[in-house]
Amino acid sequence: MKKEKNLSVGHGAFGSADTGDTSGYGGLVRASVSWGSSERPYGSYFDDVVDDLERAYPDFADAIERVVLYRGELTLHVKRGKLLEVALVLRDKLLFEMCLGVNGVHYPTETDRELHAVYPLLSMTHNRRIRLEVSVSEGDPHIPSLVEVWGGNNWNERETFDMFGIIFDGHPGLTRILMPDDWRGHPQRKDYPLGGIPVEYKGATVPPPNERRSYR
Amino acid sequence: MSTSSGPIVDPYASSLETTEGRVFSVTGGDWDSVVTEIGATKEERVVVNMGPQHPSTHGVLRLVLELEGETITELRAGIGYLHTGIEKNTEYRSWTQGVTFVTRMDYLAPLFNETAYCLGVEKLLGITDDVPERASVIRVMMMEFNRIASHMVALGTGALELGALSPMIFCFREREKVLDLFELICGLRMNMAYVRPGGVAQDLPPGALPKIRETVQELRRDFKDNEKILIGNTIWMKRTAGIGYLDLAGATTLGITGPVLRSTGLPWDLRKSEPYCGYENYDFDVVTANTCDVYGRFLIRMSELEQSLRIINQCVDKLEKLEGAPVMVADKKIAWPSQLSLGGDGLGNSLDHIRDIMGTSMEALIHHFKLVTEGFRVPAGQVYSAVESPRGEIGVHIVSDGGTRPYRVHFREPSFNNLQATSAMCEGSLIADVVAAVASIDPVMGGVDR
Repeated sequence: MKKEKNLSVGHGAFGSADTGDTSGYGGLVRASVSWGSSERPYGSYFDDVVDDLERAYPDFADAIERVVLYRGELTLHVKRGKLLEVALVLRDKLLFEMCLGVNGVHYPTETDRELHAVYPLLSMTHNRRIRLEVSVSEGDPHIPSLVEVWGGNNWNERETFDMFGIIFDGHPGLTRILMPDDWRGHPQRKDYPLGGIPVEYKGATVPPPNERRSYR
Repeated sequence: MSTSSGPIVDPYASSLETTEGRVFSVTGGDWDSVVTEIGATKEERVVVNMGPQHPSTHGVLRLVLELEGETITELRAGIGYLHTGIEKNTEYRSWTQGVTFVTRMDYLAPLFNETAYCLGVEKLLGITDDVPERASVIRVMMMEFNRIASHMVALGTGALELGALSPMIFCFREREKVLDLFELICGLRMNMAYVRPGGVAQDLPPGALPKIRETVQELRRDFKDNEKILIGNTIWMKRTAGIGYLDLAGATTLGITGPVLRSTGLPWDLRKSEPYCGYENYDFDVVTANTCDVYGRFLIRMSELEQSLRIINQCVDKLEKLEGAPVMVADKKIAWPSQLSLGGDGLGNSLDHIRDIMGTSMEALIHHFKLVTEGFRVPAGQVYSAVESPRGEIGVHIVSDGGTRPYRVHFREPSFNNLQATSAMCEGSLIADVVAAVASIDPVMGGVDR
């Protein structure tokens, strides 16, 4: 597997506004990378899974943007328009009976692919796991809902909507689930500060964590 | 108490008119006045809001029930009352400090949260195979003790919610023994942050193994109290058998794992199907039931206690052979450098260790300083790792950007997914069965809301 590109480079103890380099000699450099496609053979049962999917789903080459193997785990990067079809084939033909929810990740530096949705899948019949990943832009954060395919994704999609603002089209009731209904913003996005709002307690106001020195 | 035409004077059950219809607030005491009032309104459909502060919703869970008579036609669960932003917080702390956050999610199963997280970090670091065997055995032993403590709360509070008080007292008595052991080993009874990336925080204290053996014997003896009082008990059977039905197809599509899935007859347990921490080296059975109901889940939890004790006994045998072996990876650029020891005033820094790094080893001092202030770097990438918690598959999706802090940590909480089954289990059943069904799911709201 090769690095496709460096997305951004950061220095210091990441997440802090100043260098965060406590000793002054850290020389910490972070390169946010996007992994390119892995080469075959993938090893383990992953070759079988990809072969089976290619056979069962003729549009494979068009729908799957990248196949990434990392740390013994296989990720299929799926185009959002094809997600529902791929999910149905994976469930019905490859027997991935269970979807373990969906998780959002926000990469502000990946232009036009800032928001990622990651679906871990489990096949109990074959004892196999793979992962689907879909990326969309912040301006058009729509992904088809998989509630029709795996009913248990209902709350998970609501959570990802709540936290990242990804809109799952076709979801039976896409409302906030963890934050209050009238909350503004999506707390897990990288541009949303930790805490963000002051807390009032018994008449005193506690500043939000992102304005406290120890969190900067 | 009040007539159907006059205003309600019951101080515990006031009523007011809203655009949605008449709303009654019942905060305890006597339901008779409300029932009389509702009877007079000729309204067929009644919506009952149960929780989030309710003694039998198993935490701050809110249930909205639509009733026809005593039958539930629609049920919705409302969550989020215990949302603490733990996932967001981990992004502002080092990888090791992340453990102290995640241990607080599912507060009845802290060691499972920690282990799932640490296995994920170790996978990203590529040091899964370097974790010392003694550390893995201690992890397994602690997790199984934790499973017992967690099941004890599930069974005790479940019984309490159905009106059986004695099992609650027995269960909390057993749990106390396990928590005492945790205190002996980690210094804390809950939220112990004991499992760390690369191993565990410290080795077992002297005299721990005999104490563990003693506790195992006591637990095995005292579990019988619960078995005698509940298994086959007519009242208990009437409240639980055939209640909260969810079959395999329903469980799979809803992503249900743990005892609820195993109550459908499928022996799915990550300890067997995808062994971690060396679970393949232990002899134990996966317990199932085929009744798909609350009673089956209860029996599974009871039997899992015995299986946990079996595993713990094997752990103790292994630990005796591994006496003195390391409990943290050898790589000094990852291993948490501080050592703890038990002093006269409680658990604290080991003075010998401080003397050593301050006085004799410049390199140890540097490592200590760098690791404690900055932490270690984790290669960029993403992994998913899962362990079998008392409630099912707790999975963690970790994304790193190569820095000293996590880029994104997301937990796939079993309580969160399992709670979605409440509607499927309860719709069409009686209102009294909701309590039994929720108790059999055993959600921990700290884990659900994170």
